Amino acid sequence: MKDVHIAVNDLTMAYDDFVIQQQLNFKIHKGDIFIVMGGNGCGKSTLLRHLLGLKKPAKGEIYYQDANLWAISEVERKKIMRSNGVMYQSGALWSSLTLAENIALPLKEYTDLSDHEIQGLAYFKLALVGLVGFEEYYPSEISGGMKKRAGLARALALDPEILFFDEPSAGLDPVSAKLLDDLILSIQASLGATIVVVTHDLPSLFAIGTDAIFLDSMSKTLIAQGAPNDLLKNSSNPIVQQFLSRGINE
Amino acid sequence: MARFSACCLLVGLALKKCQFKLLMGEKNIAEAELQGDWLIGNVVPDIESVKQQLQQQNCTQLSLNSEQLGRWDSRLVLFLCELERYCHNNNIALNMTGLPTAAQGLLKQASAFPVRESGNKEKQESSFVARLGLATLLFYSESQKMLSFVGDVCLSALRLLRGKACFRQRDLWLIMQECGPGALAIVTLISLLVGLILAFVGAMQLKIFGAQIYVANLVGLGMAREMGAMMTAIIMAGRTGAAFASQLGSMQVNEEIDALETLGISPIDFLVLPRMLALIIMLPLLCLYADFMGILGGLMVGVSLLDLSVVEYLIQTKSALDLNDFLTGLIKSSVFGVLVALSGCLSGMQCGRSSSSVGDAATAAVVAGIVSIVVADAILTVVYQIIDF
Repeated sequence: MKDVHIAVNDLTMAYDDFVIQQQLNFKIHKGDIFIVMGGNGCGKSTLLRHLLGLKKPAKGEIYYQDANLWAISEVERKKIMRSNGVMYQSGALWSSLTLAENIALPLKEYTDLSDHEIQGLAYFKLALVGLVGFEEYYPSEISGGMKKRAGLARALALDPEILFFDEPSAGLDPVSAKLLDDLILSIQASLGATIVVVTHDLPSLFAIGTDAIFLDSMSKTLIAQGAPNDLLKNSSNPIVQQFLSRGINE
Repeated sequence: MARFSACCLLVGLALKKCQFKLLMGEKNIAEAELQGDWLIGNVVPDIESVKQQLQQQNCTQLSLNSEQLGRWDSRLVLFLCELERYCHNNNIALNMTGLPTAAQGLLKQASAFPVRESGNKEKQESSFVARLGLATLLFYSESQKMLSFVGDVCLSALRLLRGKACFRQRDLWLIMQECGPGALAIVTLISLLVGLILAFVGAMQLKIFGAQIYVANLVGLGMAREMGAMMTAIIMAGRTGAAFASQLGSMQVNEEIDALETLGISPIDFLVLPRMLALIIMLPLLCLYADFMGILGGLMVGVSLLDLSVVEYLIQTKSALDLNDFLTGLIKSSVFGVLVALSGCLSGMQCGRSSSSVGDAATAAVVAGIVSIVVADAILTVVYQIIDF
């Protein structure tokens, strides 16, 4: 049995009075590639913001190993947040900084490395995602796909224990999406990190997912859990079946 | 189909009249015949009168027939949707198998998605008291947010004093350049004109007493104590305050601020602090520059209209002003600098997650900036009076 990395207990997410999801209970195990899937507007990205500690739950708890994210001190929480790498949907690179500076910023803040070493590391991380030669470009000067990869490089900057991806393949052509999937798999294999991916891209979630939850916007809770391939074969829930087979098996 | 009907409209083909003929059969079973061209742009039977007919006949079953139906588009589907809803609500069994299959398909598709409970946000008409209460609650929560932001900024300033705040020096220099030298041209123009205007207004009055020379006092004091600080602050609220709000707002939209937070870097330290510092340093300098530009404007009026010599005017100005007068203006402008930067950064940080909210944030920043400048100016002027500064 693998260790539990993140546990979510009876989580309710809401914007003011408007409940988005309720009674969420699931565990993310160490070393898994955990997929959060569901249709548009079911609260996938909101769940991500909760897991990251950016938004406080309306009800329920989120545990990182033994630490309850909202019961510990702010300093502790910041420390946990820092051990997460995040790749945002749009890349969210800091627009006033070059790619290398984007990666160097967290390193400068949290390590005692010399400027020279930091620059070396930043160039290395960019090379990992195939952006050699673009180190001194600004985010506005590169394409959408490159921004995503640069966002991944920044997420990797502090060698995180958990990597979060918000719709990594959105807006990418199938080949680039496949390349990004391969990149995620190889990073998982080499770093052994836990990876959480929010996506509704079927080819990608079948290719990389080892565990998954399915959020439903009608019943406002999760309606299926398991490896995506098993869900496709075994799930009896019509909504899940329809989603995973693009409605073809209807 | 829709394009076809649009073409028909363009070439002016005659539209056959729409008809909904209701034929009553036995045991309250009715049959309806759809005839003519059911197109947008054609007049279709009123649904209300159809409903009335159905009600009068006490109909329990209705089947539709479309043998004589001509061309049709969404107009027909819309009519059928309403009919279907009425029949459903009044327990009338509706048989639509006589309709074209395409129309049946569209109808099915339109009703395939259930109405989401909270989807249709109803506009609630609320009473004056309720609106007042809501406005008060909103005001309360807004002030709370504002206070906590001010508190955050104070904590961040403390971290700066202890050398622990993290921001890039290059950012500070860039922002300083942008909000200092970058604004020189417009500050020159505005303060020169304000000096000119002050001199004109004063000259008209003072000429009556033959005391034109005192225009120099009026302009000098007016600029140094009041207008220099006020005008630069208002220019900066419109220029830099709005820029701050939209920069931070678009960073919020682009999730850049989330990215800072997840990396444990305080966005207040990294983004707000350099902007506050830059404006607090540059605004008094701009104010001093504006003071001299205003005096130059007054000088131009004095020399050209009032027959004063340049030396005369300058000596009079020098005797009218002492350092304290400049100091009052400079203190004011530092306060204004804090206010402009605060309102700009606050609106930016509280920006929503859409591009239209960036525009709202910029507007809010300018409005809040200018209002707080004028209020603070009034308070400071009264305080100066009381302590005789």
